[in-house]
Amino acid sequence: MRVQRLQDALFHQVTRFFAFSVLAILAAIIASLLYGAWPALLEFGAGFPFSADWNPVADKFGGLISVYGTLSTSVIALVVAIPVSFGIAIFLTELCPPVLRGPLGIAVELLAAVPSIIYGMWGLFVFAPLFADYVQPVLSMTLGNLPFIGTLFQGPQNGIGILSAGLILSVMVIPFIASVMRDVFEVVPGILKESAYGLGATTWEVVWNIVLPYTRVGVIGGVMLGLGRALGETMAVTFVIGNAHRISPSLYEAGNSIASTLANEFAEAASDLHVSSLIALGLILFFVTFVVLALSKILLMRLGRSEGEKT
Amino acid sequence: MQGFIRACSFAVALSGAAVAQAADITGAGATFPYPIYSKWAEVYKAKTGAGLNYQSIGSGGGIKQIKARTVDFGASDMPLKAEDLEKDGLVQFPAVIGGVVPVVNLEGVAPGQMRLDGGVLADIYMGKIKKWNDPAIVALNSGVKLPDENITVVRRADGSGTTFLFTNYLSKVSVEWKDKVGAGTAVQWPEGVGGKGNEGVASYVQRIKGGIGYVEYAYAKKNKMSHLALKNKAGEYVQPDDLTFQAAAAYAEWSKVPGFGEILTEQPGKTSWPITGASFVLMHKVQADPAKGAEVLKFFDWAFKNGQKIAQDLDYVPLPPALVKQIDTAWRASLKDASGQPILK
Repeated sequence: MRVQRLQDALFHQVTRFFAFSVLAILAAIIASLLYGAWPALLEFGAGFPFSADWNPVADKFGGLISVYGTLSTSVIALVVAIPVSFGIAIFLTELCPPVLRGPLGIAVELLAAVPSIIYGMWGLFVFAPLFADYVQPVLSMTLGNLPFIGTLFQGPQNGIGILSAGLILSVMVIPFIASVMRDVFEVVPGILKESAYGLGATTWEVVWNIVLPYTRVGVIGGVMLGLGRALGETMAVTFVIGNAHRISPSLYEAGNSIASTLANEFAEAASDLHVSSLIALGLILFFVTFVVLALSKILLMRLGRSEGEKT
Repeated sequence: MQGFIRACSFAVALSGAAVAQAADITGAGATFPYPIYSKWAEVYKAKTGAGLNYQSIGSGGGIKQIKARTVDFGASDMPLKAEDLEKDGLVQFPAVIGGVVPVVNLEGVAPGQMRLDGGVLADIYMGKIKKWNDPAIVALNSGVKLPDENITVVRRADGSGTTFLFTNYLSKVSVEWKDKVGAGTAVQWPEGVGGKGNEGVASYVQRIKGGIGYVEYAYAKKNKMSHLALKNKAGEYVQPDDLTFQAAAAYAEWSKVPGFGEILTEQPGKTSWPITGASFVLMHKVQADPAKGAEVLKFFDWAFKNGQKIAQDLDYVPLPPALVKQIDTAWRASLKDASGQPILK
């Protein structure tokens, strides 16, 4: 009896140690990032994330360009990925013949398993030339003539830049968002949907008025998950974003994201301040992704709780 | 997941290095000489049984590693300044010479057919010349049909010795470049898109119509890219090849600069290629393990005297014999063991 109790206590301690080691690692990462970034933060102050300087010769650094690149590519990715994922999820849960449901669902999930370097090379060697020859001129002639947003679609048409990076990212986040959406759409009780159909609603009306309100929180959680991936994506973005430290009004122009700046410059950063500034960029990225993932976790937890109440 | 894989491969690389360290000499640094160092090492090992483990982690990394004494020698494409060498107790000598070549992607322009001078090249990289049929370019190229196409400037995204040579050259030929941008392994580029590594720049230029970039000569040759002829300091237009690189190296006054830190851009001489440079090796003046240090010197001595053919096959330029003699003298004079005895006997 006492041996068993001892075993239990030991087991308890061991598992608790494992669980807390995760917290310890997290704290260690934050601490080492802060330590590494300290010289840059001291030199450039609180203005570091808002300065558009990036001059290794003069040792002047700022994070604005990379932060802008990270956020703009992620926003483009979400703008494209959300409607497409929504369509995929609706088709799979509401409209798809049962025979197709399995294979299609697996295909979407397989898309998530493709290594990001493959997306990058595909983006540079296949997507970029086609995009430059057939899509960019069309966008320039149509969207490019609109007031206000027109300048976004004017510029060098070479298939490399913020817009291309955003589109590659959208392909990468679609499987994440689509599979979360599909999973939450499936938990909508059949009786609700059937009642709506019984009242003469169309499929669209059922989706828009019944399914979506019921699953709103879960859908947002899925989007956040996609956003988290888009923010930190490195290789695929590095290949197509053009790696230029510049903020330009055009989405066709080359830019730089935090992750691609780190990937490009860390190995060869010569001065201590350069290295420290790169670590400071890493700290900013860590902070942004941490907030995004924490938000998505909270939303998903709230979904779980409301599920519990309803059934 | 990615981070995990990277961490694993890093750990494997580390453990590999640790095993190799027991018997072989180790070096780390510049990526540019990596192909020739590893080829030399292979042949040298077959002859003598002594191996070299060289990790091409970049010039910046090489300098850091040798300062931290984790490797027997470091390698850098950018020479360290005399005061830096003095401060860290390092000895520097060149090991191999190569050239940087501007390349373009223009339909109907054959390799070497188009000519530019330094000023126009700087203006293109400043973003002041935006079209291929700009009068400044046309004036240098009578007889070449230049299209009405936008110029897309391509340059390195990562820090690089290649960039150092290129920007050092532009600083010498353009006052505006020197004032506004300057020279370094990475600079604040006023224009263009960035590719990672020579491969990245080469593939961008091949992909983008109207693109111009700069790569190591070996990459331009391997990818059959359209390189440019450049006007050198003597006012002659020259093509990049072994002979013009060698000519630039021959004009250098190696003995005048401490640590052989001569930068071979814009050298005098009618046949000198203007963007030539050497790759350097760094060692500690006081060798804690003199036998190991002597092994490193033996390796490079062998490479300088027997490795020229291998270097030429890989499109590098071997050091001229007079320079090899000067390096040998420097080795004997400045590389000592802890008791002050020269390590090379």
